[in-house]
Amino acid sequence: MAVADLSTVKPGDFLPELRLPPVDRTLLALFAGASGDHVPLHIDTDFARRAGMPDVFAHGMLGMAWIARLITQWAPQCALRSYSVRFRAITHLGNEPHLSGKVAEVFVLNGERRARVEVQMANQYGEIKIQGEAIVALV
Amino acid sequence: MIDTKWIGHRFPVMRWEVEKGRVRSFAKVIGETRPEYLDEEAAQAAGYPSLLMPPTMLFSGPLDHDDVERLLRTLDIDMKNILHGEQGFTYHLPVYAGDVLDFDVQITDITVKKGGALELVTRMTRITNQRGKLVAEARNVMAVVNR
Repeated sequence: MAVADLSTVKPGDFLPELRLPPVDRTLLALFAGASGDHVPLHIDTDFARRAGMPDVFAHGMLGMAWIARLITQWAPQCALRSYSVRFRAITHLGNEPHLSGKVAEVFVLNGERRARVEVQMANQYGEIKIQGEAIVALV
Repeated sequence: MIDTKWIGHRFPVMRWEVEKGRVRSFAKVIGETRPEYLDEEAAQAAGYPSLLMPPTMLFSGPLDHDDVERLLRTLDIDMKNILHGEQGFTYHLPVYAGDVLDFDVQITDITVKKGGALELVTRMTRITNQRGKLVAEARNVMAVVNR
């Protein structure tokens, strides 16, 4: 998929959404291996229960990586100046990630035209799990 | 309660090689479809020296050095009580497979919320490449839930 024509980006524009299949245990195990995040809350149900959780749950960084996909399918990664998120709620097994983003502002910094993009991940019930923003150069 | 004497503490610099197979497997697991992350020939055709590293994979360098376990041990925190609160990156230069990165992590803040029920530990990381150039800065906030 080609990236967007960034020269015409304006506030209010939406990024093409991403909807992903439900989170399952296999995915969490594979992400633990690939990312190096071996915190057992995400891969060991016994440990998660001892920690008072009903079951394992998704790594925050898995959601952050998905939102990054949303951004880099819209703008090339070399245009990404910064990207930050706040983890608002736990993403449980069976949750279907729904990634979306909206251009909140277009501004110029040091002669470079940039967009501030508000991004988020919700589940199929509309519960917001992750919210953040990215600054993308419109070059 | 976490001892605030650790504010300002810097950990030994962690060196991490960005392995090509690891980039591909990370990209594949997150469902990435763009070829510059998955196919070296396509990456080179796009003008990159090798596979482009996805933007959040910077997080993996310190993890490979058991950075979380060391932090918890240093601050005497139980792993059952932690949650990832916030994460941010500021990007200066792209990172490719084959790069060798140095991670310089510092605890910059420890704050108490909700009368001690919640503590927040903030770490800032400077990430430089094998040419000594700053490629990114990372900000991490870990939440500690005291039950």
